[in-house]
Amino acid sequence: MKGMTVIVKTVTRWVKVFIFLYGIYIIITGHLAPGGGFAGGVIIACSYILLTLAYGKDFALRRLGSRAAHHLDSSGALLFLVVALFGLGSGGLFFANFLQNRYPGAEFSLLSSGTIPISNIAIGLKVAASLFLIFVILAVLRIVLAEDGSQKMIQEEEEE
Amino acid sequence: MGIELYLLILLVFLIVGAIVAVETKNLLSSVIALGAIGFGLSIAFLFLRAPDLAIVQIAVEVVLLIFLIRATIGRDVIPAKGHIHWAGLAIVCLLTAGFFSFGYFAFRSLNEFGSPIIAAVDAAPSNKYLADGLKQTGSANIVTSVLLDYRAYDTLGEATVLFAAVLGALAVLRGRAWSKRGKDK
Repeated sequence: MKGMTVIVKTVTRWVKVFIFLYGIYIIITGHLAPGGGFAGGVIIACSYILLTLAYGKDFALRRLGSRAAHHLDSSGALLFLVVALFGLGSGGLFFANFLQNRYPGAEFSLLSSGTIPISNIAIGLKVAASLFLIFVILAVLRIVLAEDGSQKMIQEEEEE
Repeated sequence: MGIELYLLILLVFLIVGAIVAVETKNLLSSVIALGAIGFGLSIAFLFLRAPDLAIVQIAVEVVLLIFLIRATIGRDVIPAKGHIHWAGLAIVCLLTAGFFSFGYFAFRSLNEFGSPIIAAVDAAPSNKYLADGLKQTGSANIVTSVLLDYRAYDTLGEATVLFAAVLGALAVLRGRAWSKRGKDK
């Protein structure tokens, strides 16, 4: 997939940072304001999808390779499970909020509510990486008409 | 009546959008109508005072639109065509009418809009979450405290579903793309 025109590229260069930052903001204030890991992760994935659409697949994959996205995806899921297992170990329950029980932070502050921000970050990582991966896979596919009249999916040619 | 009026207008808009999305012949128009439905739904969530859902809905809708346009709109996709089965259409209309009349009487038996039954039961878990959520979890956003503390199992299941979806997409759609990327390295 090739990139778009120079106008789109210039706008993308300015806008992508703000989309990314907004995603991070949604994730880390998920326990204080509307939002959370899922929404923030989708917004971060949006910034990478914008990059892929504007500059082409190869450029975006150089920024975040599919292997790195794999690892981010898996590590997000693992982090979420590790938080849950720590709750099992120290609080006695799977998903027990052990940090809040021991060190309750000030209410309405960024460092409060124990494991919830950590879980938010884990979910955000996971959602962002998996949506980006799905997009990269789908972006190289096209549905075209075969000779016998049926539709089939092909990989897009690079030199288009 | 204020919010209900806006919601009614939005619902009519959503239903019209859904009909357009199903009935239009052009695949791109169908996808765009689907996007209009999604954005209308997110405004409906805002009217229902669910900003968390509205944010998720609008973000997912944008990504979904891009996915659909990229994945389904090819150069040579033939427009959907077909003829109408009148008997099937009549049966569907009858079933829908029955469903709506049943729903009308079911909703008549419920409480007023905005005063859920669960608020009248003191022992309901949601009352406990609302009263003690901030103290027990420390999270000012009660939705997040329910999602990631009280009902974290649900979130774990949701994350598992997403993981399985990515695994399935990778397994089904690899093939040449994968071997090509392997060759580059």
